[in-house]
Amino acid sequence: MMINEAEDEEKWLAEGIAGIQHNAFYMHRALDSNNLREALKYSAQMLSELRTSKLSPHKYYDLYMRAFDELRKLEIFFKDEGKHGVSVVDLYELVQHAGNILPRLYLLCTVGSVYIKSKEAPAKEVLKDLVEMCHAVQHPLRGLFVRSYLAQISRDKLPDIGSEYEGDDGTVMDAVEFVLQNFTEMNKLWVRMQHQGPGRVREKQEKERNELRDLVGKNLHVLSQIEGVDLEMYKETVLPRVLEQVVNCKDDLSQYYLMDCIIQVFPDEYHLQTLETLLGACPQLQPTVDIKTVLSRLMDRLSNYAASSADVLPEFLQVEAFGKLSNAIGKVIETQVDMPAVGAITLYVSLLTFTLRVHPDRLDYVDLVLGACVKKLSNIPKLDDSRATKQVVALLSAPLEKYNDIVTALTLSNYPRVMDHLDNGTNKVMAMVIIQSIMKNNTCISTADKLDEDDFKDEQNSVARLIHMLYNNEPEEMLKIICTVRKHTMAGGPKRLPFTVPSLVFSALRLVRQLQGQEGDIVGEEVPATPKKIFQLLTQIIEDLSTVPSPELALRLSLQCAEAANDGDLEHVAYEFFTQAFVLYEEEIADSKAQVTAIHLIVGTLQRMNVFGVENRDTLTHKATGYSARLLKKPDQCRAVYACSHLFWVDDQDGVKDGERVLLCLKRALRIANAAQQMANVARGSSGPVTLFVEILNKYLYFFEKGNQQITGAAIQGLIELINTEKQSDSATPDSASDAFLASTMRYIQFQRQKGGIMGEKFESIKL
Amino acid sequence: MVLVLALGDLHIPHRAADLPPKFKSMLVPGKIQHIICTGNLCIKEVQDYLKSLCPDLHIARGEYDEETRYPETKTLTIGQFKLGLCHGHQVIPWGDLDSLAMLQRQLDVDILVTGHTHQFTAYKHEGGVVINPGSATGAYSSITYDVNPSFVLMDIDGLRVVVYVYELIDGEVKVDKIDFKKTTATTHSAH
Repeated sequence: MMINEAEDEEKWLAEGIAGIQHNAFYMHRALDSNNLREALKYSAQMLSELRTSKLSPHKYYDLYMRAFDELRKLEIFFKDEGKHGVSVVDLYELVQHAGNILPRLYLLCTVGSVYIKSKEAPAKEVLKDLVEMCHAVQHPLRGLFVRSYLAQISRDKLPDIGSEYEGDDGTVMDAVEFVLQNFTEMNKLWVRMQHQGPGRVREKQEKERNELRDLVGKNLHVLSQIEGVDLEMYKETVLPRVLEQVVNCKDDLSQYYLMDCIIQVFPDEYHLQTLETLLGACPQLQPTVDIKTVLSRLMDRLSNYAASSADVLPEFLQVEAFGKLSNAIGKVIETQVDMPAVGAITLYVSLLTFTLRVHPDRLDYVDLVLGACVKKLSNIPKLDDSRATKQVVALLSAPLEKYNDIVTALTLSNYPRVMDHLDNGTNKVMAMVIIQSIMKNNTCISTADKLDEDDFKDEQNSVARLIHMLYNNEPEEMLKIICTVRKHTMAGGPKRLPFTVPSLVFSALRLVRQLQGQEGDIVGEEVPATPKKIFQLLTQIIEDLSTVPSPELALRLSLQCAEAANDGDLEHVAYEFFTQAFVLYEEEIADSKAQVTAIHLIVGTLQRMNVFGVENRDTLTHKATGYSARLLKKPDQCRAVYACSHLFWVDDQDGVKDGERVLLCLKRALRIANAAQQMANVARGSSGPVTLFVEILNKYLYFFEKGNQQITGAAIQGLIELINTEKQSDSATPDSASDAFLASTMRYIQFQRQKGGIMGEKFESIKL
Repeated sequence: MVLVLALGDLHIPHRAADLPPKFKSMLVPGKIQHIICTGNLCIKEVQDYLKSLCPDLHIARGEYDEETRYPETKTLTIGQFKLGLCHGHQVIPWGDLDSLAMLQRQLDVDILVTGHTHQFTAYKHEGGVVINPGSATGAYSSITYDVNPSFVLMDIDGLRVVVYVYELIDGEVKVDKIDFKKTTATTHSAH
């Protein structure tokens, strides 16, 4: 069927062309013999071929062009009054006698062209006449072409500023009016084309419609070329009228094309100054119009405009371009709920590019755009459209490229939030992009001193956050990332290290854990990333802190590494880290409060170690208890020492359970507590609260319960009596806190007694 | 009904970039009456954020906190309950419930909230309840492997407290609840 149709069309076109050629032949003969009458007769016949309804737009155009060429010759003839002896005024009248409307109009337009050139009538009058007479052809295809013809021949005859046709009765306003009218009518005809056929033919019709769109769009091009159309006229007349037609035609094909046309054809400065009007039309368009593409293209144009020269930037600020654009985009995304992710993100990429060009210093704007994107991404369950993720990567890469500095990009609070929405694969891609950016721009800001302290902190915290975003499944890759970032942060100087080193360390520790989770060695192969290697790197990284210096932090991190080494069964490595921690403690931590915390951290970590052989464990334990006993204040000493008691008792099956040494520790703690009481007595004339004793009592109970044979019910009894004695002594200071503590401890003992069973029996041995 | 948010060990920015987005969207200002934080925020920014959720904010000092002046322990009374707060690195062995019970007796509180292990626990013993809200960001811990982000919301109503624990497991927020009733404080043995 289709093939037949195509064949038929070819046949009809051939027939039409033959018709034109045939009549043209006779027309030429008439022209040569200056026979106006014959010329008109044959030209009218020739033009009748254009009355056909059988051709598609593409073929019709072919036919039209042939007629067009012939009409040029006719026009030359019309112009030469000497040849045919009729005044152009009369000629204008004469051609209206042509039988059919379409040939009549073509001839009128042709004469009209001559008429205007002759200046016998104002251009404005003739044009007005012609554009109104074209109304008579309401067939969309034929109407479009005849109006197109009118547009073509009138092109150089508009009463524009500086043209020869300008005058008292012909101003640029008239020219504009003429073009606008022709445009409006052409668009109406064009829109009507879609209503002509049944549903299944619609696709074909849309294709055909598209072929004709430039005929309509040409008018806008003409408007843009009119010299006299300045910003004022564009703003007051041209744009409103064009938009009116765009909105009112309610046709999505037309609306999309024309909006895009307006944007491409008129100058960027005009768009800036009419941004509100232009954007205001967007919500009024049909919902099926791909407005996001239109907006993207507008922003891309404006971005390029901004990039063209620095002088234009103030204009952007003056018209509040950013605000208007981001509002418009927000509205579009809000109303078009079904917009796919890729569409929304593309919009944001365009807006971001715009923002980076026009307002590079306004990080808050940039952050706003990212934030809006985060909001949109949060409403999508999962981003699995590869085009969309490509756009997100573009979105995140843009600030990097602009600022050439990862740290600035990271001060954008929404930057990591966008990254949160990436799938693993894309996250990897992004991590690589960031790393490359870091490596490309090795010179980091050495203006750290000039930075305000708060800003510096913010910035460094951002870098620390970055490190957590850089994640790679491949251990080799991850190790490379850690090394690269370390180099970068080292180059930044000591001030940065306390912020970035911890993040690096924990990244590395996570990697160690990941490797430890992977069972089995790869025998015989070179395995670059092993826990041992990473611990070596960790030692160095923590060493870096000595340049700050930051001993407390270094101590904490060393202990973390020791624990990780313990989990990996690396006794020697763990021991080294403990040694390091002790060195830091001995040599660099002087503040008494800091020492208390440090010792507790050391003891707490050591308590959990199961990798040490007896010798190593003894050495470390000895050191820990020694330092505990030498803390500055007696109460601190006491507490640290009884904490050390746990070093000798580990609840694990193979854990050490040395009852004697536990008791030794507790007794030592008791002695210290006593000494503390006596000192308080001497210093203040009254002994301090008995809290320390109650604490130690609780520890006795703890080990008693765990089954430490060295701790007897009698011992506990004795301690309780001691406490009571202290409380009742003359020099005692009443203290409700320690009273309550004792009371709840006693309650606990009672509770255990009442439990019955083995526990109950045990506690029965404590005579109260 | 009084809502108390208990959370801690966020370790921002050393071990985590931010709270999980799903948690962030749940924590809205104006809904919570008190926040108790076990420490290791670690930076002021986190404190400011928590303050924006609720002005009555209590923080105990963690060993990585930037602000060294947070108290080692804190006690406060909410309704009929006395609550105690401590980061937990001070209580050795770490995570040991009997040792924590000792601290609870020492502070003389019904509910003791501590952290450090990054592992959610809620433990009832003779002297009261010990709660560990875990790590709100799922931060790395040398003590606990595979940390799931978690926090706790306590609903205190008269003598009853309902403890809701929110855990982020495989991208989904799971909620569990535990009921505790406080008997009127008495030392009489049961008949």
